[in-house]
Amino acid sequence: MATLDILYFAWVREAIGRDGETVEHPGAQATVSDLIDSLRARGPGYAEAFADRSRLRAALDHAFVPLETPLGEAHELALFPPVTGG
Amino acid sequence: MIHIRIAEAPLDPGALLEPLERLGGGAVASFTGIVRGGGGLVSLRLDHYPAMTERRIVGIVEEARARWPLLGVTVVHRVGDLQPEDRIVFVGTASTHRAAALESCAFLIDWLKTSAPFWKKESFLDGRSHWVEARAEDDAARDRWKA
Repeated sequence: MATLDILYFAWVREAIGRDGETVEHPGAQATVSDLIDSLRARGPGYAEAFADRSRLRAALDHAFVPLETPLGEAHELALFPPVTGG
Repeated sequence: MIHIRIAEAPLDPGALLEPLERLGGGAVASFTGIVRGGGGLVSLRLDHYPAMTERRIVGIVEEARARWPLLGVTVVHRVGDLQPEDRIVFVGTASTHRAAALESCAFLIDWLKTSAPFWKKESFLDGRSHWVEARAEDDAARDRWKA
């Protein structure tokens, strides 16, 4: 069974209450947004973190991608707010 | 010379400038970002995505090197817990002429602020804390380089 490692950062991590988790890979055609939809049912923290999709950003295998991007063969997905470095 | 570092340790701009000055160019430019105090801010927490951060900064530095003739680039970004007036980021560039050094330095900090996986959390004297929101002005500053 293929798996996908998911990492959470900043307030996404705090709302969900964990740094990350490993889930069954939903398939190459599924998008980041599809995966977020399936995660929302996992609990109130997830629903809170993913309530406003416009405040979420993603990276697949360490490259920023739009939420509509298919997961493809990626092994690692990160979900986080817009970055605030510098 | 490319020098990229992400670390919890304090950074020393003087020590970081010196190697850039010895590359044989006539121009060195730098930017130092400082934690802004005021408003009861007591600490700033810097989180990042370790597996991605350095790789992303390398990409931004490569983009700068494709645009300007650079002899050296130094980027040092702190993570972890910082206090007001701590240095948070240093960008230094060396080139043969000032325009390339100054412009590439501005380019690098504009892109670092908006395109590398760092997140700031502010904590205040009265116990409040919140994650800093991304600012549209920062995106606009980055996008002026896209023309």
